Amino acid sequence: MKLLIKNGRVIDPRNQIDGQLDIQIEKGTVSQVGSDLEAGDAEVFDAAGKLVTPGLIDVHVHLRDPGLEYKEDIASGTLSAVAGGFTAVACMPNTQPVNDNLAVTRYIQEKAKEVGHCRVYPIAAITRGLKGESLTEMGELTEAGVPGFSDDGRPVESGAVMRRALEYSRPFGAAVISHAEELSLVGDGVMNEGFVATELGLKGIPWAAEDAMIARDVMLAELTGGHLHVAHISTRGGVEIVRQAKKRGVKVTCEATPHHFVLTDEAVRGYNTNAKMNPPLRSEQDRQAVRDGLADGTIDCIATDHAPHHFDEKNVEFNLAMNGIVGLETALPLTLRLVEEGVISLQRAVELLTCGPASALGLPGGHLATGAPGDVTIIDPDLEWTVELEKLKSKSKNSPFGGWNMRGAAVATIVGGRIVHTR
Amino acid sequence: MAFGHKHILGIEPLSREDIFTILDTAEGFKEINSRDIKKVPTLRGRTIINAFFENSTRTRLSFEIAGKRLSADTVNISSSGSSVAKGETLEDTARNIEAMRPDIIVMRHGASGAPHYLAERLDCSVVNAGDGAHEHPSQALLDLFTMREKKGRLEGLEVAIVGDISHSRVARSNLYALNRVGANVRLAGPGTMLPPEVDRLGARVCNRIEEAIEGADVVMMLRIQLERQAKGGPLLPSLREYSRFYGLNPDKLTLAKPDAIVMHPGPMNRGVEISSSVADGSRNVILDQVENGVAVRMALLYLVAGGESEDKD
Amino acid sequence: MSEQNTVILNSSGIERALTRIAHEILERNKGIDDLVLVGIRTGGDHLAAELARRIETIEGQGIELGAVDITMYRDDLGSRGSLPVGKTDILFSIDEKKVVLVDDVLFTGRTIRAAMDALMDLGRPRSIQLAVLIDRGHRELPIRPDYVGRNVPTAREEDIEVRFDQDNRAVEVRLIKQQGRGGN
Repeated sequence: MKLLIKNGRVIDPRNQIDGQLDIQIEKGTVSQVGSDLEAGDAEVFDAAGKLVTPGLIDVHVHLRDPGLEYKEDIASGTLSAVAGGFTAVACMPNTQPVNDNLAVTRYIQEKAKEVGHCRVYPIAAITRGLKGESLTEMGELTEAGVPGFSDDGRPVESGAVMRRALEYSRPFGAAVISHAEELSLVGDGVMNEGFVATELGLKGIPWAAEDAMIARDVMLAELTGGHLHVAHISTRGGVEIVRQAKKRGVKVTCEATPHHFVLTDEAVRGYNTNAKMNPPLRSEQDRQAVRDGLADGTIDCIATDHAPHHFDEKNVEFNLAMNGIVGLETALPLTLRLVEEGVISLQRAVELLTCGPASALGLPGGHLATGAPGDVTIIDPDLEWTVELEKLKSKSKNSPFGGWNMRGAAVATIVGGRIVHTR
Repeated sequence: MAFGHKHILGIEPLSREDIFTILDTAEGFKEINSRDIKKVPTLRGRTIINAFFENSTRTRLSFEIAGKRLSADTVNISSSGSSVAKGETLEDTARNIEAMRPDIIVMRHGASGAPHYLAERLDCSVVNAGDGAHEHPSQALLDLFTMREKKGRLEGLEVAIVGDISHSRVARSNLYALNRVGANVRLAGPGTMLPPEVDRLGARVCNRIEEAIEGADVVMMLRIQLERQAKGGPLLPSLREYSRFYGLNPDKLTLAKPDAIVMHPGPMNRGVEISSSVADGSRNVILDQVENGVAVRMALLYLVAGGESEDKD
Repeated sequence: MSEQNTVILNSSGIERALTRIAHEILERNKGIDDLVLVGIRTGGDHLAAELARRIETIEGQGIELGAVDITMYRDDLGSRGSLPVGKTDILFSIDEKKVVLVDDVLFTGRTIRAAMDALMDLGRPRSIQLAVLIDRGHRELPIRPDYVGRNVPTAREEDIEVRFDQDNRAVEVRLIKQQGRGGN
């Protein structure tokens, strides 16, 4: 089966391509890139007026499978992913049971093959049971295809354990992903510490809680030579620590979420539980710093931290509500907004969603050279639409972007040469 | 006059005009409390449910008396701890209460924003009787009522609020209210009890209690919660030290204006935030606050009960 | 909204009516022993003050004067919203007193009902009499005035307005015919 994508504007930042080209995919991989390719017996997709990019990759999602399927499962989560233009996602291990062993990793991989709509890369836990004590079997897990390790949702509190994780994972080439917060500073905070928290009478989480942990982990990466990936960076200080570390040659990468570069803690007003997440929405200064980091290359990729929660888990008092929002179906237009606002170029936006995440976690894809996976996202950058929460493909509807007018959407998502989503 | 508020969720949504409407209405109700027959038929047939999800004696009592003096049927529900601890969500609890067709729910809850949550989901009026560390509007209004009664004015008053500002809904509501009516607020408290950027709520933040009290017309002492154990780290080395640096005693009170009044939302910790000689002294208006609380709460219940329909006069 | 006004009493007409009522009150009660005046806010309290002045002139002796606010006793909170609550100022005991309740316009009788309830909450008067400047009819309760300045037949949708000057002296009574508005 062959697929020929014709007449689109191909943007492939890794291969420095930006122009009108045709792409042919054969047996799941890119077989030809060029001008005016002959269709022959190939199915033709006319992408005139559209952007043709490598398939978008999200290195930070929660598919909630196994164990929490009432929030999301591998089928619904990956359906949400392809609807948002993503062809690959890396899913976090805080499931029930925790993905801290080969059996759970295999289960996710098998189920993704069976019912998934896109590629799924399971991230395994750094420590067994996310308890922060003993390491998971990182060698065997890496061998099975796990690209990185994370205790996401919790920091590795012990510096010694984090150090050993970075040392031990290093020879296997897997990243250790830091959920950076110093818990004693977080206390029982439920939103960013600052004026809004003061007004609302809600306990704050200071930026220092994140900065302190990023600083520790960067130092440990520098000490050990291990690869540190900082998840959902949200503070000015955190971005600056990573910037300086990169200058020193520390092997550190990081990601930022759309909500942290679009929203601030002002969104919490009215006790909106869909604006409750961890890290919390920060100040305007922090938001600006994240945008600067995206522009200057400090931040390697955009990741959604797609965190589905059931309605009942958000329909409670603010301090009791679960942290997190769904993000897969709004990430692309929110990223394109940065282009519209002049923060980054279109090429950089594509980079942050494709080769950026691919190289941060060493994943295949993220570009369109001959021989690359046949994962392509076709984007109409001008399509205007309104976010209707009920129409989200995710099982959960916990998004603060309901009712927002968006510009830009994936009109076709192609995984391994197969069109898995159109709109 | 049109009092267009169906709910009293806080002072923040109220205008200066609203605040004066409430205070003026309370003047009318205050007279009833000194009669032999302390009851008017104003809210006859109305049902008020006092839903207190957090311990409170005096606020609940005050609201209950206010409702009864207006001839409303008042019912109290007390439940310590969150409803979720019982396995029922706040929304379900509220819907069950609403199914009994109350006209007003007066609510005290440990979670900031809980009354807003209810107001969005229920048809009846919601009056916030204190939510978490957010607001305690009826307390601030009775404080203003008492200040106006004692000082003859509100505009230009110098008001010092001293104590645990971070955890105090009384402080927040007073900050909003005093700013709306043109009074000037000074705050003092331990560094661990001053929330970030609190000056932006309209206050001068002082390092020492002496600085806050100097030249003040009103000195409002907040209760130190002896039982509060913050997960975010220790707040005080000792109550002894607190009392020495932030407690009000006759010496410190001499810094205030000679006719300054001393207020406290109660219950007091004698010897901690306020010395017994000040607590029992002639300057304190603490019992006036309690008395005025009934009139102010009558005014709130009355205004909210009629707040939905437009004024035709 | 168009309106049509007719002056039905000017200031000298009001003067005469009040003077007559003052005499009638004294005659009927045989002087001012145990007699008190209570005006209903707002309007009735001003008229009660004027009656008190006249009685003092005639008798050469002052009479107790009070004002009652009936907002808290209204029966129409639901339909009218929360009207401003005024103060009730009755600084004397009404127990065993002959209370003359004073209002400007008697209409449905509901205001008088509320005022009587308010008085009963304050004590146990020996009797309550009612003095009004205008009786416009349309009673909804079995209430009848003892002293009337002027009977004015009206239509339900019409309004009676008693105007006071800055010294709270009644200067004019108008009948207002309006379209597009209900009665008061």
